[in-house]
Amino acid sequence: MAGGAGAQIIVDGLVKRFGSFVAVDGVSFDVARGEIMGFLGPNGAGKSTLIRILCGLLRPSAGRALVAGIDVTEDPDAVRQRIGYMSQKFSLYNTLSVLENLRFFGGVYGVPRDRLEERIRFAIDMAGLAGRETSLVATLAGGWKQRLALGAAILHRPAILFLDEPTSGVDPESRRRFWDLIHTLGAEGVSVLVSTHYIDEAEYCNRVALITRGRLIALGTPFELRRRSLGAELLSIEREGIANAIELVEKAPGVHDVAVFGSALHALVDDAATRAPALVAYLAGHGIAGATARRIEPTMEDSFVHLVGAATRARGDPP
Amino acid sequence: MKLRRVKAIAVKESLQIVRDPRSLMIALLIPLMQMFMLGYGINLDIKHIPLCTYDREMSQQSLGLLKRFEASRYFTLRKTAQDYAELTRDIDDSSCTIAIVIPAGFSQGLNDAGTGTVQALIDGTDSNTANIAANYARAVISGFSGDLQLQAIQRRGGTVQTLTPVDVQARVWFNENLESRNYIIPGIVALVMAIVGAQLTSLTIAREWERGTMELLVSTPVKPLELMLGKLLPYFAIGMLDAAICLALAVFWFDVPFRGTLATLLFTTSLFLIVVLCIGYYVSVSIRSQVGASQVALLLTMLPTILLSGFAFPIDQMPVFVQGITYLVSGRYYVTILKSVFLKGAGAVELAVPILCLALYAVALVVLAARSFRKTLD
Ligand SMILES: Nc1ncnc2c1ncn2[C@@H]1O[C@H](COP(=O)(O)OP(=O)(O)OP(=O)(O)O)[C@@H](O)[C@H]1O
Ligand SMILES: [Mg+2]
Repeated sequence: MAGGAGAQIIVDGLVKRFGSFVAVDGVSFDVARGEIMGFLGPNGAGKSTLIRILCGLLRPSAGRALVAGIDVTEDPDAVRQRIGYMSQKFSLYNTLSVLENLRFFGGVYGVPRDRLEERIRFAIDMAGLAGRETSLVATLAGGWKQRLALGAAILHRPAILFLDEPTSGVDPESRRRFWDLIHTLGAEGVSVLVSTHYIDEAEYCNRVALITRGRLIALGTPFELRRRSLGAELLSIEREGIANAIELVEKAPGVHDVAVFGSALHALVDDAATRAPALVAYLAGHGIAGATARRIEPTMEDSFVHLVGAATRARGDPP
Repeated sequence: MKLRRVKAIAVKESLQIVRDPRSLMIALLIPLMQMFMLGYGINLDIKHIPLCTYDREMSQQSLGLLKRFEASRYFTLRKTAQDYAELTRDIDDSSCTIAIVIPAGFSQGLNDAGTGTVQALIDGTDSNTANIAANYARAVISGFSGDLQLQAIQRRGGTVQTLTPVDVQARVWFNENLESRNYIIPGIVALVMAIVGAQLTSLTIAREWERGTMELLVSTPVKPLELMLGKLLPYFAIGMLDAAICLALAVFWFDVPFRGTLATLLFTTSLFLIVVLCIGYYVSVSIRSQVGASQVALLLTMLPTILLSGFAFPIDQMPVFVQGITYLVSGRYYVTILKSVFLKGAGAVELAVPILCLALYAVALVVLAARSFRKTLD
C-alpha cells in the first residue's frame, strides 16, 4: 500500500486517541487522482475522525497523513486551500440565503472575483437550486441542503473532496442524484473520499475501505470485496423459521460462517456444489425437513458482515 | 492576511446580526435602558439629611443657631430631643444621620469669652454621607458665628461700613453646582459601553460552535486574525452607534456640560471599544456556549468597571493595594478620559498618559484575542 505516484491522499499508520480511547487505530491507505474512495463502517467506527484528521481539524496522535502532497500536521492551511469538506452535520448558515452562503465561502476560499459569479452559478445549477437563490437555507429540504453544501465545498475547485455521510437522511431519489454528481467530479479528476453507512452505496465507489472500531479491516474494489475477501462460496438456505437453526448450521461440516439475512440464512462454505445437497440432508437429519440451499453471488452486505465478524473474532472482542 | 476573507466574514456576520432579533436588541435597546436606569438610579447628591436637635440651653442664641439648621436645604429637622437617650436612639435606628447638641452655658461662653462649643453626633455607617453632613454642619455654624462677630462689632460702634466681612467663597471648578450627576454620567457611559461591547462579541464564536458551523469554518483557509477582524468589524460599527447614543443622552438628556472636542471623544471611545470587544471575543473563544460566554463577559466587564474604574468610588480613597489593582482595569482610563473631556474640556495632549495606557491595553487585547483562537476541533 505504498503511496504510488499521483496519489492525492497518503495515510500511513494513522492513530487518534481521545484520552485512553482509540478512535483510529493504525490506518493506512492511499487515494489516487480522480478516485472515489468509500469509507464503510458502523456507527462509531471512526470514519468522521479519520476525515477530520485529513482535513486538518484534528491532530493525529501518531502516524502520517499527506493530502495533496502536504503533511496535514505541518501545514494544515495549505491543505485546507486544496480540499473541500462536507461535514456529517449540516454546517452552512441557516439564517443566510443560498446566494449569501455561496458568496461567503467563495470569499473565504479566495475564489478570484471574476470567476466567482460563474462558480456560484455552476454550484446553483448543479444543486438544482435555480430560482431558490434568495431562499434562506433553513427553508430548504434535506436533499437540497446537501447538494448546496456540496456546491459550497467545490466553489474553489478543490482537487480533493471529503464528504462525511453526505446522503444520510436524504430520500433515495436525492441520493442517486448526489452520487451522479460525485461521479461527475471523479471523472473531472477530483479525488473523493466519501463515508457512508449505506452498504449499497459502497457499490458506487471505485474502492471501498471497511472500517470498524478504528481499524481498516478490508480495502478493495466492491467486486474484490464481494468475491475474494470471503475466500469461499455462499449458500442461501431458505425455509420457514430457518433463522432458529443458525447454531445447527454453524456446526455442519464445511461451513465457515453463518449469518441471518432477512428470512434466510447465508452460509459460507468451501464448495457450494457439494455442500448444498449435503446441508439439506443434514438439516433433514436434524428434524428440519424441506429446506432449500442454493448458491448465490455474495453482496456487499454479505462481505461486510463476514469481514466485521471475522475482525471481531480475531481481536477476541465480544461480538 | 487577506482583506477579501476579512470582508467575507464581516458581511456574513452582519447578515447574521440583522437576521437575529436577539443580538440586535442587545445591541441597541440595552444601552438605552441602562443609560436611563443608571442615570436616574445613581444620584450622589446629598440633601435633606435627617437632623435631630437637643437644646440644653433654650436661649435666644441657641434657638437662633438651630433655626439656621432648619432653614438649610441640606438638613431636615426630624426631631427635637429632650435628653441624650432619645438622641442616641434616633441615631441608632437611623432615623437621624446627624444630631446637634447645644450645651448649657452656650450663650454664656459666647458673651464672656467670645467662643462657644456645639456638639455634633454623626452616624458614620456611611462615611461618605457622614463627611458631607459634617461639612454642611460646619458651614451652617460658621455662617452663624460670622454674623455674631458682625453684630458684636456693630454693637461696639466700630467703623463697620469700611470693614467688609471676610467672605470666604470656595469656588468649585469644573462642576460648579457640585452636581454629582455631572461626574457620574460620563462614568455611566463608560460602564454601559463596557457591558454592551463585551456582550456583543461574547456570542459570536460560541454561536458558531453551538450551531455546528464552526466545523466547516475551521476547515477553510481563513486565518485566526482574519476571522477576528471580520467578526469585530460589524460589532465595532454597532458599538460606535451605541457610544453615540450614550454620549448624546449624556449631553442632551442629562445636560452634562461637554467642553472637549468630538475628535478626542471619538478617538478614545474607539480605543475603549476595541478593548471591550476583544474581551468579549476572547471569552467567546474560551467558553463555547453562548449563555456561559455572555455571563462571564458580563462579570468581567461590569464588576471591575463599577468597583475599580473610579466611576462612582474615588480611586484616591481606596486602600493603596486596591489602587494598584485599578491600573489593570481598562475602564479606569476611559472614565478618567471621559470626565476630563466632558467637564474640563481636556484634549489629547493633557490626556496623553491615560490615552497611551488605553492604547497599550487595546494592542495587548487584540493580540490576546487573535491568539486565543485555534483552528482545531481538539
Ligand atoms: N472529540 C471526541 N472525544 C472523545 N471521543 C470521541 C470524540 N470524537 C469522536 N469520539 C469517539 O470516537 C469514536 C469514533 O467516532 P466517529 O465520529 O469518528 O465515528 P463514525 O464512524 O463517524 O460514526 P458515525 O457513523 O456515527 O458518524 C466514537 O466512539 C466516538 O464516540
Ligand atoms: Mg461520523
